[in-house]
Amino acid sequence: MRSPFTRRGGQERVTNLLEAKGLHAAYGETRVLHGIDFAVRQGGVTALLGANGAGKTTTLRAICGLVRTTGTMTLDGKRIDAMATEDIVRLGVAHVPEGRGTFMELTVEENMRLGAYTRPAREATADFEHMFDYFPRLKERYKQQAGTLSGGEQQMLAIVRALLLRPRLLLLDEPSFGLAPLIVQEIFRILARIRQDAGVSILLVEQNAAIALEFAEDAYLLETGRIVMAGSSADISKDEGVRRSYLGY
Amino acid sequence: MLAGVIHQIMSGIATGGIYASVALALVMIYQATHHVNFAQGEMATFSTYIALTFINAGFPYWIAFTAAVVVSFAIGVAIERVLMRPLANAPILASVGVFVGLLLIVNSLSGWFFDYTIKQFPTPFPDRPMLGGYLSGHELGSTAVTLIVLLSVYLFFRHTRLGLAMRAAAFNATSSRLVGVRVGWMLALGWGLAAAIGAVAGCMVAPIVFLDPNMMSGILLYAFAGALLGGIDNPLGAVLGGFAVGIIENLGGAYLVGTELKLTLALAIIVMVLTIKPTGLMGRKVYSRV
Repeated sequence: MRSPFTRRGGQERVTNLLEAKGLHAAYGETRVLHGIDFAVRQGGVTALLGANGAGKTTTLRAICGLVRTTGTMTLDGKRIDAMATEDIVRLGVAHVPEGRGTFMELTVEENMRLGAYTRPAREATADFEHMFDYFPRLKERYKQQAGTLSGGEQQMLAIVRALLLRPRLLLLDEPSFGLAPLIVQEIFRILARIRQDAGVSILLVEQNAAIALEFAEDAYLLETGRIVMAGSSADISKDEGVRRSYLGY
Repeated sequence: MLAGVIHQIMSGIATGGIYASVALALVMIYQATHHVNFAQGEMATFSTYIALTFINAGFPYWIAFTAAVVVSFAIGVAIERVLMRPLANAPILASVGVFVGLLLIVNSLSGWFFDYTIKQFPTPFPDRPMLGGYLSGHELGSTAVTLIVLLSVYLFFRHTRLGLAMRAAAFNATSSRLVGVRVGWMLALGWGLAAAIGAVAGCMVAPIVFLDPNMMSGILLYAFAGALLGGIDNPLGAVLGGFAVGIIENLGGAYLVGTELKLTLALAIIVMVLTIKPTGLMGRKVYSRV
């Protein structure tokens, strides 16, 4: 098993933005993660693959302190595993949650203001125009109730909400979920641009393994709460088992 | 006849303002917790006693009034932090039990500290008819105070960062945490604001109905009817509902059922709304698409 901890070791010093070691998580009595190790490289994109119920969403929720965990997690060397969600967010971790987490009753504008809640208001407003460059459709919908947006637009709004935090680490939970293939392509094209512009590191959870492996450099395969494979996306795409079970060819 | 009707409508607006304030307090806590705070009325009564204590100690009216509002805010925050917080994920019956317990406790505390005799409460407004005799000075003054409070609350929630964060926390706690909103404190602030609004309502109604530990129990019913009529999850609806109930109560009391049965009107409204249109007239339709 290769992992980013050791990759390229030697010639180039690799720093990990996020590192988790021996991470366990549970909802009440139900244990979901059984001691997993993973990392997201500074400026890198890491994909977390696996079937329904493997623990992908729980992993993201664990990073944000939304589920009870044991084990250690560090962000840029700083322990975050015992911190409150609100404080982890202030360190620059933005989470686009499962189901998008839209504030349905509020307007698009208010959703965006909330995304920038931890930053000075003036600075954030300047960022709004920048966001409309990426997602012009949100500009048209600016004053509209967010609940009236289409699924794709809500996904865009969720990404914008997360980006307005000026995150160092972006956690994306199934951005392709429930969207038409064309919209999914559009969203990933924009994510690639954002990644270049903002230099943000990304941890991506996807059921659509083909898209995820194309977008990410590193990947982990999660099965019932354990990591069963880790390595570069290129290597993992070549794996016979992964191809058959997750890529379907 | 017409003058009489206008008079009743004007007084209805004056008392409706009180109901609207209490209805707004109910809605604020309902939005955050999805429970009706049965103790809202008793808390307001307690706040009124605080104001009276300051007045009796020799403070000018508006200082005493402000002090009561501030202290009530602190009490509201404390109640959320100490009593409600542990119940965040409790089953509904546990929460209802605590609300009822809170009602009894605050009511008894009022009686214990300030005794059960009926007390007069001063008004800061001139005691003479205004607007051509349609309203007393106090009615006009209290309506103005109520409107100022309602408007400030509206502006606070619409146009401030904190107001937006409080709304967000009420709508979607997890998403709010993920953008950095300290949800626990937003709930506590909501309780504080509700208690402060209740304090204003208590001070404004006490000169009319006189102060005793059960002063607000009837008013809470009218306010609840108003909140339901407008839509218990819609602050604007609840406020308009409160005014509507005030007018219905006054007109009904004068021309329909007599003053003895006025409270029945409130109960009739509650039953009618719950059976015919449980979301209330302006109950929010939440759009959702997948």
